[in-house]
Amino acid sequence: MEKYCYQNSRRDFLRKSGTLAAFYLAPTVLVKALPLESVIPMPAPKEKIKLIVNGVERTAEVDSRSTLLDFLREQLGLTGTKKGCAMGQCGACIVHIDGKRMNSCLSLALFNNGKTVTTIEGLANGDELHPLQEAFVVNDAMQCGYCTPGQIMSGIACIREKKAGSREDIQRYMSGNICRCGAYQNIVDAIASVQASGKPV
Amino acid sequence: MEKIIGIENDSPRADAVEKVTGRAKYAAEHRVDNIAYGVFVCSTIAKGTVLSIEEGPARAAEGVLDIISYKNCPTTPGYEPLLTDGSKNPKQWWGLKVLHDNIVRFYGQPVALVVADSLENANAAAQLLSIQYQAEAFETDFNTLRKDATKLKPSGNYSRGKANAIEEALVKVEGEYTIPVEVHSPMELQATIAVWEGDDKLTVYDKTQGPKSMQGTLARLFAIPDKNVRVIVNYVGGAFGNALRGWHNVPAACIAAKKLKRPVKVVLTRPQMFNLTGYRPQSWQEIKIGAAPDGKFTSIVHNAISMTARYEDFREGIVNASRFLYACDNVQTSYRLLPLDVSVPTWMRGPGEATGCFALESSIDDLAYQLKMDPVAIRLKNFPEVNPESKLPWSSNYLKDCYEKGKELIGWSNRPQTPGSKKEEGMLVGYGMANGVFGASRGQASVRAILQENGTLILQSAVSDMGPGTTTAMIKIAAENLQWPVDRIKFTLGDSDLPPGPTQGGSTTTSTLGTAVHLVCEALKKSLQELAQLHLEEFKNVEVKNIEIKNVSIVSGGINVAVAELMKKAQKPSIEITKDSQGTSAQELKHATNSFSCHFVKVHVHPKTMEIKIKEVVTTADAGKIISENTARSQMLGGVVGGIGMALKEELTFDHSTGQIINASFAGYRVPLHTDIPKTTVWFVNKPDPIINPIGAKGLGEIALIGLAAAISNAIYNATGKRVRDLPITPKKLGFKGK
Repeated sequence: MEKYCYQNSRRDFLRKSGTLAAFYLAPTVLVKALPLESVIPMPAPKEKIKLIVNGVERTAEVDSRSTLLDFLREQLGLTGTKKGCAMGQCGACIVHIDGKRMNSCLSLALFNNGKTVTTIEGLANGDELHPLQEAFVVNDAMQCGYCTPGQIMSGIACIREKKAGSREDIQRYMSGNICRCGAYQNIVDAIASVQASGKPV
Repeated sequence: MEKIIGIENDSPRADAVEKVTGRAKYAAEHRVDNIAYGVFVCSTIAKGTVLSIEEGPARAAEGVLDIISYKNCPTTPGYEPLLTDGSKNPKQWWGLKVLHDNIVRFYGQPVALVVADSLENANAAAQLLSIQYQAEAFETDFNTLRKDATKLKPSGNYSRGKANAIEEALVKVEGEYTIPVEVHSPMELQATIAVWEGDDKLTVYDKTQGPKSMQGTLARLFAIPDKNVRVIVNYVGGAFGNALRGWHNVPAACIAAKKLKRPVKVVLTRPQMFNLTGYRPQSWQEIKIGAAPDGKFTSIVHNAISMTARYEDFREGIVNASRFLYACDNVQTSYRLLPLDVSVPTWMRGPGEATGCFALESSIDDLAYQLKMDPVAIRLKNFPEVNPESKLPWSSNYLKDCYEKGKELIGWSNRPQTPGSKKEEGMLVGYGMANGVFGASRGQASVRAILQENGTLILQSAVSDMGPGTTTAMIKIAAENLQWPVDRIKFTLGDSDLPPGPTQGGSTTTSTLGTAVHLVCEALKKSLQELAQLHLEEFKNVEVKNIEIKNVSIVSGGINVAVAELMKKAQKPSIEITKDSQGTSAQELKHATNSFSCHFVKVHVHPKTMEIKIKEVVTTADAGKIISENTARSQMLGGVVGGIGMALKEELTFDHSTGQIINASFAGYRVPLHTDIPKTTVWFVNKPDPIINPIGAKGLGEIALIGLAAAISNAIYNATGKRVRDLPITPKKLGFKGK
C-alpha cells in the first residue's frame, strides 16, 4: 500500500512539475513575449504525505516543490536541521531517512511519504543525550553551533557504517560537512571517542 | 576541601547542549504567525539603470503578496538624503539603500523583493520578473586597474626616520604580494524576520553581531525612538565580521513588513552570501625590508592597495603592523583604495593585519634566508622593547615565550637549513613560522546581575555570541569572582532590551564585557557582605573585609550561612544590580596594548605533483589571561582552519566581461574541509595583562588567524625553495605543469 502511494504520487508529481518546469525554465524574453494569461503558472500541486518524524507519525499537505529541509523547518518547526546552502554542498541539513544519511535539501518532502525520518531533535532520550551529542559537548566540537546538527547526524552514520576506524577515515567520510568556525579537530575527536567507547549509536 | 563546579576544572561550553540538540534558535528559526517570505531578484548587469520591470506574470502567480522595487518602495526616513526642512539628514542609512532607486552599482545587486505566502511561491514568482536594463561600462578587474594611478584614492601615508633609508640598506629584500577576494561564508545564512506592531513599533529577529547597534540603526531608518525597536539574536551561526553591520535583508524585510502589515522573513541564498554580505577585499602589497648584515632592520617600506565599492569606501589597517611589530627606525607606509563596480567589502577575521602580515612575515622569512639566519633569531634580533610607532611601553608582550614554546612543540630543530633539502615518506618536508598581532582594548558595556533567592545568578547584557563562547567566558569570570558554581550562573544575551552591550568584533568582547561582569560581581559581593552584617547575628561583629562569598554561602572563619538564608532574613526575594564599565582607562592610554600570536607549521609537498599537505600546526598566543581554556582553545583551532583556507584554498573569482562572480557556491569557492586539517596544538602564554582591564584578558579572535598564511607559505618555501606571493598557494603556482 505504502509502495503504491509513493509511486502514484511520484508519477503524479513528475507530470505536474513537468508543466511547471516549462514556465520556470523559459528565458525571460520569451516570457515577456507571451500573452499574460499563458505565462501565469497554475497553482502548485499540493500532496498529502504521511511520514514518521522522530518517532511521531505526521500527516501533512505539502507543496510539491518543498524540499524535506524546508518542510521540516518551515512547516513542522523542526529547525534543528540547518539550511546552509540548499544545494547539497555543505552537509548542515543532514538527516537520517530510513536510517540512511541524506542531505534533506536534496530530497523533496513528498518523496518521503511513508518514510521514517530522524533529525537532530530525535536523538536524545529526554535529558539523556545520545553518546555522540555527549561527546560533542565534552570535546567542545562546535563553536557557533550551526553546522553541529549536520556533523552529528553524519558522524552517527560514519560510526554505523563502520567508517570510523581511523582519524583519516573519519576525516574522509566527514568531508561533506563544512564547518567555517573550524571545529574540525574536535569533531573528529568526538567521533573517534564514541567509536572507541563501543557504545551503540 | 569543597570543590566549586567549573572553577577548578574547565567546564563545557555553556550553550553546548542547546547546540547539540538543535534547540538553539538562530534568526530565521523563530516561529512567527502569518509570516510572509521575501526573496531578492538581483541585477544581471554590473552597472547601469533599471529601465522597467515587467511584473504582470509574477503578480498574478499563486500566493504573491507584493513586489517591492524602486517603483513602489515606500518613503523611508533613513533613506532620505535631506530632511523636510531641506537640510542634510544626519542619520542617513549607511551604505546602499536597497530597493530605493533604479541605479545598478554591481552585478547581483538586489533590484526587487518578491513577497509571497510561502518560500516556494516567492521563489517561483521571482523567476517570472522580466527586467530591462540600460547597461553602462563597468570596472571589476583589480589586478589590471590597480596599475593605473589615476584610479587610486590615497588613504593615508606614514613615515618615520629617513625616507631613503631603504636605498642605503646593506641587505635588502623586496616583493609584491597579492591576495584575492575572500568571503566569510559563515554556515548560517544572513536572515531577518521583521514584525511590526502598528506603524512605530518594530521587533526584528536578525543575524547580527551587535543587537544594540542594530536597534539604533533601525530606529534611525524609520525615525522612531530606540525603545520602539527590539532586536533579538539568541544565536549567531558564525559571522567572522560579516554581521557587524546590517545588510540588504534588514531594511528589505522591515520595509516589506511595514508595507504589507504582516511579518516578513528574508533569508539570503548561499550564492547571495558571496556577494551581499561583504568580504575581505582583494589587495596588492609591495614590501621592502632593509637590514644590516647582523639582521638588524634598518628600513621597512610597505605600500598597499585594496579594492572598495564605488558607492562606499572600505578601509582597513593593511600596513599598520609593519610600523610596530618590529623595532626599526625608518618606516614608510602608504595605503590607497581602488574603487570598482563591486559590492562593498567589510571586516573579515583579522581585518587588515591578516593581509598585511602575510606580506610582512613572508618578507622577513626571505631576509632570514638571505642572511642565513634562523627565522626566529631574526625576529628576536628585532624584538621591540617598546612600541616603536607610539614609543609607549607594551601593556604586556610575551612573544618571546611564544617563540620558545612553539619551537619546542613543533620540533624546530628538524627544520632543514637549506630549502628543498629534506624528504620524509617520499615528500619534501618544510617548517615555517610567522607572527600575528592585533590591537587589544576595551569599550563601554553595561551588565545587570540578578541574584535569585535560590542562589541562581543571572547576568544580562545586549550582546550576541557568534561562536567564540562569550556566554561561557562571562559565566567563568563571575564564577571566579564570586567563587560561585558555574551551573548556578546564567548569562542572558541577544536582546536589545537588556542593558547595552558592545558589538562583538575586533577581539574586544571578553575585555569589554568581562570588565562589566567583573564590576557587577564586585558590587554584588559588597552588597552581600553588607547584608550579612546587617541581618545575620553571626556576622554582626565581623569586618566586611573578612566576610567571604564561597559556593553560594557567606563565610567567615568557621561561620557559614547559605545565601538563600541571608536573603530570606533580609526579606529580599532577589537582588538586582547594574554596573557600567567605562572603557579605556587613563592607564591604558599610557601603554601600547596588543595581542600577539606566533604560528609554527610543518608541511609535506609532493616533489612531482607539488600537492601540499599540512602535517602539523602549533599555534601559540599571548592573549593575556585565558578565561575559558576550552572555548579559547577552540577559537585558536578555528583560526588555524581559517588560515589554511586563506593560504591554500579561498579565492572568489570574477568574470570581468560581465562583472559576475563565477564561483559563488561551496562547490566553486573552496573552503577547508575535514581532510585538510592537520594535527594542531594550541599553547597560551596565559599571563594576565596588568593594564587593559581588571580581569587581565586581551583579545583572541583575530590573532588566531593573523600570520597563519605566512607561516604556511614559509613552510612551503622551506620544503621546496619556491616562494609564492600570490594567494592561494596551489601546486600549479609551485611549478606543477600537469592538468
